[in-house]
Amino acid sequence: MNTRQNDPEQERRTIHLKVNDKDYALAIGDTVGAVAPSDTLAHTLRETLGLTGTKISCDQGSCGACTVIMNGKSILSCMTLTIECDGARIITIEGLADPATGQLHPLQQAFVDNSAFQCGFCTPGILMSTKALVDQNPHPTRDAIQHALSGHFCRCISHYEVVDAVCQATTTEGDHD
Amino acid sequence: MTNGYRYIGKDTARKDARDIVTGKARFFDDIKIPGMLYGKVKRSPHAHANITRIDTDRARCMPGVRAVLTHTDIPRWEWGMPKHIPILDSKVRFVGDAVALVAADTPDIAEAALDLINVEYEPLPAVYDVEAAMQIDTSPIYAQFAHNTYPDEPPSFEPEMLGHIRIGDVQKGFDEADFTIEDTCGYEIFPNPLPPEPPGFIATWETPDCLTVYTPSQSIAQVRLIGIPFIGMADIRAISTQCGGSYGTKNANLTPMGYAAVLAKATGKPVKVYFTKEEHFHSYSLRLGSRVRARVGIKKDGTLSAISGVWMVNTGSGSESGPLQIAVGLGEVQLVLRCANWDLKGKLVCTNRSPSGIVRGYGGQELESSILPIIGRAMEKAGINPVDFFKKNSVKPGNGYFWREGKWWTYRGIDFNTAIDKGAATFGWKEKWKGWGKPTAIHGNKRIGVGVGVHSNADVGEDSSEATVKLTADGRAVVYCCVSEAGLGQRSSLCKMAAEVLDLPLERVTLSPPDTQLNPFELGLVGSRGTYAVGSAVIAAAEDARKKLLEIAAHRFKSTADQLETENGKIYMVGRPDKKLAWHRIMGVYHSVTGEGRFEPDYSLCNFLMTFVEVEVDTETGQVVLTRMVNATDAGQVIAPKVLEGQLHGAFGSAGLDTALFEETVLDETSGRMLNGNMVDYKWRTFADLPDVKNVILETPMPSHRFKAVGVGEIATSPGPSAVLMAVYNAIGTRIASYPVTATKILNALGKR
Ligand code: FES
Ligand code: FES
Repeated sequence: MNTRQNDPEQERRTIHLKVNDKDYALAIGDTVGAVAPSDTLAHTLRETLGLTGTKISCDQGSCGACTVIMNGKSILSCMTLTIECDGARIITIEGLADPATGQLHPLQQAFVDNSAFQCGFCTPGILMSTKALVDQNPHPTRDAIQHALSGHFCRCISHYEVVDAVCQATTTEGDHD
Repeated sequence: MTNGYRYIGKDTARKDARDIVTGKARFFDDIKIPGMLYGKVKRSPHAHANITRIDTDRARCMPGVRAVLTHTDIPRWEWGMPKHIPILDSKVRFVGDAVALVAADTPDIAEAALDLINVEYEPLPAVYDVEAAMQIDTSPIYAQFAHNTYPDEPPSFEPEMLGHIRIGDVQKGFDEADFTIEDTCGYEIFPNPLPPEPPGFIATWETPDCLTVYTPSQSIAQVRLIGIPFIGMADIRAISTQCGGSYGTKNANLTPMGYAAVLAKATGKPVKVYFTKEEHFHSYSLRLGSRVRARVGIKKDGTLSAISGVWMVNTGSGSESGPLQIAVGLGEVQLVLRCANWDLKGKLVCTNRSPSGIVRGYGGQELESSILPIIGRAMEKAGINPVDFFKKNSVKPGNGYFWREGKWWTYRGIDFNTAIDKGAATFGWKEKWKGWGKPTAIHGNKRIGVGVGVHSNADVGEDSSEATVKLTADGRAVVYCCVSEAGLGQRSSLCKMAAEVLDLPLERVTLSPPDTQLNPFELGLVGSRGTYAVGSAVIAAAEDARKKLLEIAAHRFKSTADQLETENGKIYMVGRPDKKLAWHRIMGVYHSVTGEGRFEPDYSLCNFLMTFVEVEVDTETGQVVLTRMVNATDAGQVIAPKVLEGQLHGAFGSAGLDTALFEETVLDETSGRMLNGNMVDYKWRTFADLPDVKNVILETPMPSHRFKAVGVGEIATSPGPSAVLMAVYNAIGTRIASYPVTATKILNALGKR
């Protein structure tokens, strides 16, 4: 990422984000397209960058809907201020499929195959937490999956299908039993 | 399983699956209309008060504010059933009721302007209990409803609506009874079904007489149907976005629409009103409160000889659909409690709680959860096993019942006892049932108990449905049917039905967008009507289109239509599959062929679900854990296996079974405030806590439509609560007659506090 700019003052007032491999330099302020100090990352992703795949449900850190991956870890974007994210690498649900071919990530494909959603509003957040989990632990047990997702509210109760889908996507010769 | 079908009964990816897993699906908050303003609501801190003064001057002067409205600025439009809920009023009726509305350039400005509105109130006494509310004879919550009780008059669209089951002679029935039980039981926890996406509306007046609205809806046509009389008979075009969960709540609650419509009128701009989670908790649809005082007569063999009593329904500060929910609940209870003599009356009452409305289970879950524990006492007296009792007393072919519109119907479907038997065997009921009040096992501090609950519903063929199917020359089909997607997968299932009839690849069949302007009338996915009622209209439209196409082709083939087949967009003569003609050769590229389908209400078929549960009660801590659940049903024919499994898993959530374990809204009766109106304090099931679940789904062909199916997904939430109460009783031997079974209640019951 390019951190060398000419005007240090201007630089101090700019937030650099790499979202789904694309670089953004956003001014701090309250003009259109800028980042206000009170803007959450969820707000910036959705309203400023137009990445509306990240969902906001409670907007208070208790449902997991807004989960994205920042620097390799799953975080709640509704509880994160964008001005604290300078230099961060972020992956959102829009960045999960292969950008060139559009081919779904194996986790996404497993969610499709297992009907691992009903209304689907919780799904982007759950997928991002799952991705963070399997990046750390490519063959998680059912317990580990349940534990990793325990902060996610799914009111339709797609829990069983979600756990099945993650197992299916990460199994090598029937671990999980 | 091989059923000879191409798609029916097979798992196919939902049509919107890719959009959902890639974040492309457009939910309500993902929609923007150019020039759109943002509406916010000033809310009442009082449970009941007259507004004596509102000062909006400072708010109006704030830069970026486009309108500030109070009750004196807007027409008195009302909605609800009966029509009685105004958009704004000179009084407030619950904590969180609307006082004033603001539209501004940004949500933040609108929010800030709310703080500049000063309101003075004259507090009034508030009431939260259903029977206390009925006793109030001066200054009721609505001036027109004495004793806070809604009138018995049925609405004009359903002149004979069921509000009272009167069958046979209850006195005679009690005389014949071997045992009589009298008791009161309540299901009064006002849980929030709490879809993840809060409710919202964008409203824009295209002309002074036509309002366009965008909303995440379960039943978009209802918004138009009940919205038109609400807004002074102006036309409405209603468009549904992808809906982030509804569970009944995003059908008929027009509260946010009223706000958006008047703000849009005042500003001449599109206005978006999107509730925060806090507003969603306090100021939207909760589950109805239900209390039953009943007398039950039973014979030694488990025959119910008489049921009499009153069902008191607490709808909180306003009735979204109360009379119809009472009607459906009274219909449903007859399907699981066959009895020759009935006198059970529903009463609809308002209080100063947050408003209640439509939730999955629609009256039936509320009534069953209150009356079945009383019936359980009668079963115990008669010494009958509850599974045997429900096998004996659930609806059988040839049985009759009054349905919601007041008419007598005779059930003509299949016998569900096979499903009950299969469910019982899967659960191990025979081994686990030790008798009433007797634990299945005791392991140290842990006592194991089992219970069952049931639900049955004749709304599978509810209300009318219309569809058209357009065949295009390129070998594709478009189904026009006003169906939105709230998680039920029904948009995809309807495409499967049309693809099956037309023998087309599923990718070549699409469903029109959920927009009332484009589609014929279809009431929406309420109750369990998607598979049979809506499916019948779509099937009929596809069959009609196919017939018309083959009639045109008959000229070409110099044959009759019934000698022809169509497959993958090509027509051939039976026995001559080598000579195929593509549709465009038949209809010509400048034409399409359209078929029409219609369904008229039919209440002679039912669905059925029995839920078996096993709980473990810790007698030291009072903690109750659900360890096992088996759902048993017969769906006639499964359309989409994984989708149905998912809906049955939904038994826990959306104010379902978990309302017996830990879900409730907690009210501070001194202030009228809900104490746990946020997602930290409101309890919900997490991924860490998944009981062992099994669904037993039989497929005994049902005399519905050509695929022999009825819908069953909706009712998954209903049998659970009473089943848990039964299981806890059996585990500890002391009856708890209120929900949820908290640790405190258990310890009290065990005499440990
Ligand atoms: S929206 Fe961020 S945790 Fe709920
Ligand atoms: S799929 Fe609806 S909340 Fe999870």
